[in-house]
Amino acid sequence: MAPKKVRTASRNPCLIPGIGKFSRSKMYHKRGIWAIKAKHGGSFPKHDPKPAPAATAAVKPTKFYPADDVKMPIPNRRKPKPTKLRASITPGTVLILLAGRFMGKRVVFLKQLPSGLLLVTGPFKVNGVPLRRVNQAYVIATSTKVDISGVNTDKFDDKYFTKEKKKKTIKGEGEFFENEKEETKALPQDKKDDQKYVDTPLIKAIEAVQDLKAYLGARFSLRSGMKPHELVF
Amino acid sequence: MPFKRYVEIGRVALVNYGKEYGRLVVIVDVIDQNRALVDAPDMVRGQMNFKRLSLTDIKIDIPRVPKKKTLIDAMEAADVKNKWENSSWGRKLIVQKRRAALNDFDRFKVMLAKIKRGGAIRQELAKLKKASSA
Repeated sequence: MAPKKVRTASRNPCLIPGIGKFSRSKMYHKRGIWAIKAKHGGSFPKHDPKPAPAATAAVKPTKFYPADDVKMPIPNRRKPKPTKLRASITPGTVLILLAGRFMGKRVVFLKQLPSGLLLVTGPFKVNGVPLRRVNQAYVIATSTKVDISGVNTDKFDDKYFTKEKKKKTIKGEGEFFENEKEETKALPQDKKDDQKYVDTPLIKAIEAVQDLKAYLGARFSLRSGMKPHELVF
Repeated sequence: MPFKRYVEIGRVALVNYGKEYGRLVVIVDVIDQNRALVDAPDMVRGQMNFKRLSLTDIKIDIPRVPKKKTLIDAMEAADVKNKWENSSWGRKLIVQKRRAALNDFDRFKVMLAKIKRGGAIRQELAKLKKASSA
């Protein structure tokens, strides 16, 4: 037997909003309540009534009441969603960075992080851009795509990129200047390993396409005669 | 310097303004001093101001206001499409369209190809210079 389609429209056509064509008794008949009752021996099938919740222990009235009725603010249940990704940006797309230290560089898009920022890598060996977060607004998406299936980006999220909190030590005046020299830290080895782990399959996919490596190594710039609003990226 | 391209029934023209920009049409009738009735195989026949038309060298043989089928057959017989695509004007337009549709990656590849071509030309030139000076 073909599966029964669930009826979605009401059986009572609307004449004017709020006024249906059929009366209550006609609707009772149309809905077949009489047939359901007959099938279940005279009464409409009901769920068993839920057991009443056990009476909670009597709450002692508090001794202190505030003088004025203070309005409690409604708790904010809103959970922000990550920014809507432009349709042109899919994993493996080559993006052109428009601002910042790596302005003009062509990089490979890996995935969108829960904060909405885009996770991007050079690859590092090709153009010096490491694993980095980038805002969608400062990016042009080209239509060139790289095969990213060999790359596993599961371990990267926003917490990976946050700065480590420096332990505040109370310093004497003379020690201020000495300590500033120690600020610049070398990049920890596990971050370098992560970079290599992401980049090796990526570089293999890049070298498979002709000129793509040179393309990613070159910076984008506008020349005379190039009109950005007419360019196809 | 007399005129070489005349407005006449059967003259193929290029639309240079408006909604039908870039389309090849055939002048099928003249309405008055400023307007013509134009038609193309994939277009509804309509009027157009002469100012919107750029006349081409191509002319086909049709009676005044032909049926669509007659028009299409006449265009096939005169081979308008190929004549247009092989003419220098037609080829320029095709190149312009291709260049406008280039991807960022394609533009990069074109740049590399131009550099390579230039290098090859310069090498040959150097050889010839050497040969002529020796």
